[in-house]
Amino acid sequence: MADSIDQIFVNLKHWLVGFAPEPWQGLASIVISIAALMGVFATLFAVTTILERKGLGRIQNRYGPNRVGPFGFLQPAADGIKALIKEDLVPRSADKVVHFLAPLVLVIPPFLVLSVLPIGRNMTLVDFDAGILFFFSVGAIMELSVFMAGWSSRNKYSLLGAMRAIAQMISYEIPLILSSVTVIMIVGSLSLNEIVAAQGGFNGAFPDWFVFTPWGFAGFVLFMIAATAESNRSPFDLPEGESEIIAGYYIEYSGFKFALFFLGEYIGLFAVSGLGITLFLGGWGAPLSFLQFIPSWAWFFAKLLALIAVFIWIRGTLPRLRQDQLMNFAWKFMLPMTLLNIVAAAVWHFMLPLPAAARWIACSAIIIGSYILLGRGLMERRKIGRRTYRFAE
Amino acid sequence: MTISFAIIAVVIIAASVAAITLRHLIHCSLALVVAFAGLAAAYLQLNAQFVGFAQLLVYVGAVSILVVFAILLTRSGENPNEEIFSKTWMAGAAVVVAVLGVLVWAITNSEVVKREPSPATEVTVRGIGDVLMNRFVLPLEVIGLLLTAALIGAVIIAMSDRQERKMK
Amino acid sequence: MSNPLVGYLLLSAFLFAIGMAGALTRRNAILVLVGIELMLNAANLNFIAFWRFGPNPEALTGVMFVIFSIGLAAAEAAVGLALIIAIYRHYKTTSVDEMDQLKG
Repeated sequence: MADSIDQIFVNLKHWLVGFAPEPWQGLASIVISIAALMGVFATLFAVTTILERKGLGRIQNRYGPNRVGPFGFLQPAADGIKALIKEDLVPRSADKVVHFLAPLVLVIPPFLVLSVLPIGRNMTLVDFDAGILFFFSVGAIMELSVFMAGWSSRNKYSLLGAMRAIAQMISYEIPLILSSVTVIMIVGSLSLNEIVAAQGGFNGAFPDWFVFTPWGFAGFVLFMIAATAESNRSPFDLPEGESEIIAGYYIEYSGFKFALFFLGEYIGLFAVSGLGITLFLGGWGAPLSFLQFIPSWAWFFAKLLALIAVFIWIRGTLPRLRQDQLMNFAWKFMLPMTLLNIVAAAVWHFMLPLPAAARWIACSAIIIGSYILLGRGLMERRKIGRRTYRFAE
Repeated sequence: MTISFAIIAVVIIAASVAAITLRHLIHCSLALVVAFAGLAAAYLQLNAQFVGFAQLLVYVGAVSILVVFAILLTRSGENPNEEIFSKTWMAGAAVVVAVLGVLVWAITNSEVVKREPSPATEVTVRGIGDVLMNRFVLPLEVIGLLLTAALIGAVIIAMSDRQERKMK
Repeated sequence: MSNPLVGYLLLSAFLFAIGMAGALTRRNAILVLVGIELMLNAANLNFIAFWRFGPNPEALTGVMFVIFSIGLAAAEAAVGLALIIAIYRHYKTTSVDEMDQLKG
């Protein structure tokens, strides 16, 4: 019974594909998978926008949207209709072709990278041998689309925003990749399915997720920080910085194109969270051994929603960084930390024959020692006085 | 000669022609990106998945961004009335035509293309990794050294101006 | 002409010629570099095509060469563009016609 619910979507697809004539079945299977993936994640986008606005409202002591539909949950539909019927403005001196292409180029890569994520047992759209490499290489296209949007608008704010965004995305892409290298080293494969399979075992009631090892925990934290920066979310939302450069690279976009930018950013956030889940949180695996009767895809989306909740929480809590803080953090802390984390993972791997306690102590010592050293090294030269408050008189 | 190869070839040729003939440099660099992506698709066609993804990651993600930054930093795109071809373009074009003629003649008359092509082989990332760590470990180390040297060298060349100012 | 290798070799030859045309005829130094990148890519395509259709693809030599070549091209682009930026700072131009200080 549990098994049939687990595979319900796989079986449903096979049943639907059976209706297609023989030579078209391969194509039908692909089309159904893509349509399902896009539908599910686009719906998730709509749900997330309303959850985010409501959550932020709660954090800031206000209600958030509550007019459209029950508790305001039809707000995304209203927003969508509004975006569709708005006038599409293109600046007179803008580069029309590039201006038109930029949102499209931004939206396509996040959907492409979703296809390699294992969202359930037997539910990976394409199982590449080099899945992670595909994820990062296609994700790199987003930087270019950001530049296209910023440059083609012929607006100094959008160009500044694009430059900030590219600098930030390139800087944080390196820690993002290096923190996932630890998992690749331990598993010995670039295939995301094999990474999930490697975390499938249980140690008593607890699962063998990588986040429960010293290097995995450090890697997960570093990965999530880099992912936040990569998807331009607060506290790393300098490219959008409303108070300085208004809205960054999409300032000259209106109506549906603006909505496309929004969609692309959120889908990118889902994709990178999904990768974090796959690499460190056991993919679609259950968190406790006696909870395995709950279908695998439910676990994936539960973890995804939990991570999104964390993202909303961070956005409501932390203030925006300054540009120099952002760059210092990336190059002086994140990069050495991820490199030392790779060393810790290697130590973990080569100490496998030794007792577990020795491994834990050695690995934790490397990570905590480097964290303290790098943290101190960053703080040393700065005189931190007591915070003074100035009030308006 | 399949349809997919024809599409990829047309895209690559059209994009690369655009990359060297367009007037605005930013447009050139965007066309270059399309050509690089087309080449990545060609690698995928040729069963070299790993190389295709590496091509996307390095060329689309890094080299094109570098080119774009260089164009913006040198203000190259801001003079629309400038001549786009150099003074000696006639000589250059003649050389290109000669080279192309020799290449096409060599390819069409070659003995190699008359051989039977070997069947497709399965290439795993694990296999590539094994070869990289055993037979090609020395080139790997050398390329690591070279990349480090290039990184430091590029930074020093590009920021030399500021150091001079500091010395004065 | 049944061998698909011919198609890839011709494509690569044309790409090489286009890259060379860019390197030899354009005025802007950045586009000269772009032309060189295209030529490098044409060579890479040749390596992959010969590896795929050649007599022993299991040796992976072509793939290895292209991987190293991609790494090399990244280094080359970084240093080349840094040089162009340094030259621009000095002479306030990126035109190869105007960089003629060594002319007697």
